[in-house]
Amino acid sequence: MSIEINGVTYETDEDGYLVNVDQWNKDVAAYLAKDEGVEMSESHWEVVDFLREYYEEYKIAPMIRILTKAIGKKLGKEKGNTKYLYELYPGGPAKQACKIAGLPKPTGCV
Amino acid sequence: MSEKKKKIETPMVDELLDGPWPSFAKDLKEWSSKKPQVGQLLGQLNQSYEDKWNYWQGTVLNVDGYGGGVIARYSELAEEYPDIAQFHTIRVIPPAGWVYSTESLRNLCDIWEKHGAGIMQLHGMTGDILLLGSDNKTTFEAAEELFENGWDLGGSGGALRTLACCVGEARCEMACYDTMKTTTDLTNRYISQLHRPEFPYKYKFKLSGCANDCGCSMQRSDMPIIGTWKDDIRVDQKEVAAFVTEHGADFVRDNVINRCPTRCITLNKKKIEIDNKECVRCMHCINVMHKALRPGVEKGVTILLGGKRTLKIGDTMGVQLVPFMPLKTEEDYDKLYDLVERIWEFWGENAMDHERVGEFIARVGLGTFLDGVGIDPDARMVKAPRTTPYIKFEEITPGRMGGEAEDDPAVSNAEVEQMEKA
Repeated sequence: MSIEINGVTYETDEDGYLVNVDQWNKDVAAYLAKDEGVEMSESHWEVVDFLREYYEEYKIAPMIRILTKAIGKKLGKEKGNTKYLYELYPGGPAKQACKIAGLPKPTGCV
Repeated sequence: MSEKKKKIETPMVDELLDGPWPSFAKDLKEWSSKKPQVGQLLGQLNQSYEDKWNYWQGTVLNVDGYGGGVIARYSELAEEYPDIAQFHTIRVIPPAGWVYSTESLRNLCDIWEKHGAGIMQLHGMTGDILLLGSDNKTTFEAAEELFENGWDLGGSGGALRTLACCVGEARCEMACYDTMKTTTDLTNRYISQLHRPEFPYKYKFKLSGCANDCGCSMQRSDMPIIGTWKDDIRVDQKEVAAFVTEHGADFVRDNVINRCPTRCITLNKKKIEIDNKECVRCMHCINVMHKALRPGVEKGVTILLGGKRTLKIGDTMGVQLVPFMPLKTEEDYDKLYDLVERIWEFWGENAMDHERVGEFIARVGLGTFLDGVGIDPDARMVKAPRTTPYIKFEEITPGRMGGEAEDDPAVSNAEVEQMEKA
């Protein structure tokens, strides 16, 4: 499967995750967000940016606790919890936010 | 597509129909006449048996606002079996103690026959109601209708898992605390941790009213909460005499006195005496002479920690963490919540990804763990009473989470430390 944005073709898997992490850019993120029904605000971008930074450094998506702590540090303690993240991304930070950030699909949940 | 469909042969699955035991194969075969995907499911299962290969591929599917509760599976043989290309399982929280009304069970069946393959498992190893066989669309439709009818999704992934308990005081005179109330209270209090994974890995509570452990909490959960008592076993000597008269002294000696693990019971003609100091509250004598003997009156719970099944360090049963605490008043419950939250904090902060709390304790040592959650070591914190002291008291080492090189094992968690610095 693939998507086309501004004349460039991006390969995706059967769930719409970007196959090549390095191909990611803000246009792709906006496209994927629209596909997920997420309207990207500044708060949304903060999460995506953090995920990208973390992935670039560690080549792995962060554990959820690391993500909530980092968000809490940046935006205040009351936002450093899973409730806030699910308000931004109802489909879950692991599934939806990682998808928009172009990270590999989480392998499962068991 | 159904006109062209050829009959699916399942010779290896059919082998399960033989023999004296009931089999899921029979149920599913019958059901496949109503739901074509069930026939295809058996087809794929047969293929798996032939090839010794699992053709399910895991993926992630979330209902809005939930980080778990749906175990999503795609079939790798979707071309051959198109109706099970997506075949997901929904976990639903059952009522505490599995006490249903027939109305609620019918409601559940109706919802699942309408939206899914109609296959239900009551109950899975997790304690959940499992509803099997929905696709990417019907999963959401089913969830919607489940919510409308007062059901809620269970836990999956690195989250608090759905709690399970024995039937407790609702129907059992042995129960030393109200397992169903505690299960409901814990579920309601920690519903966010259940729906939105935030732990390094799964965390399970299972609750049993006494050491008979009908909730199988010892083997199945990270944190078993088991009912016990502090004072003496209550003895009704009149009933003891009646029991001895009915069954004979030999029977009592063979099945009660000699089977006491600490040999603390003596039979004197038609009277028994129990040395309660030596009693380990195993429930055996009470089970055999349930009219004559009863648990004491000062009841409470024993809390263990670290039970799990395989991976990393192999199967473990929990270590006794709190030998006795009452669980009656609000204050008692607050103490339990406080303990749980301290454990989650320390484990969540320091464990590696996919590390159960039992594995974490094995890695850092019980001394360090107790230090971290702020519990004083106790002589009763043992794996098995009277056999293996787990820790040597004079040598409890100070916390070594820093991972000093000379420590064995050197414990460090570079990822977390880096993040702290950032």
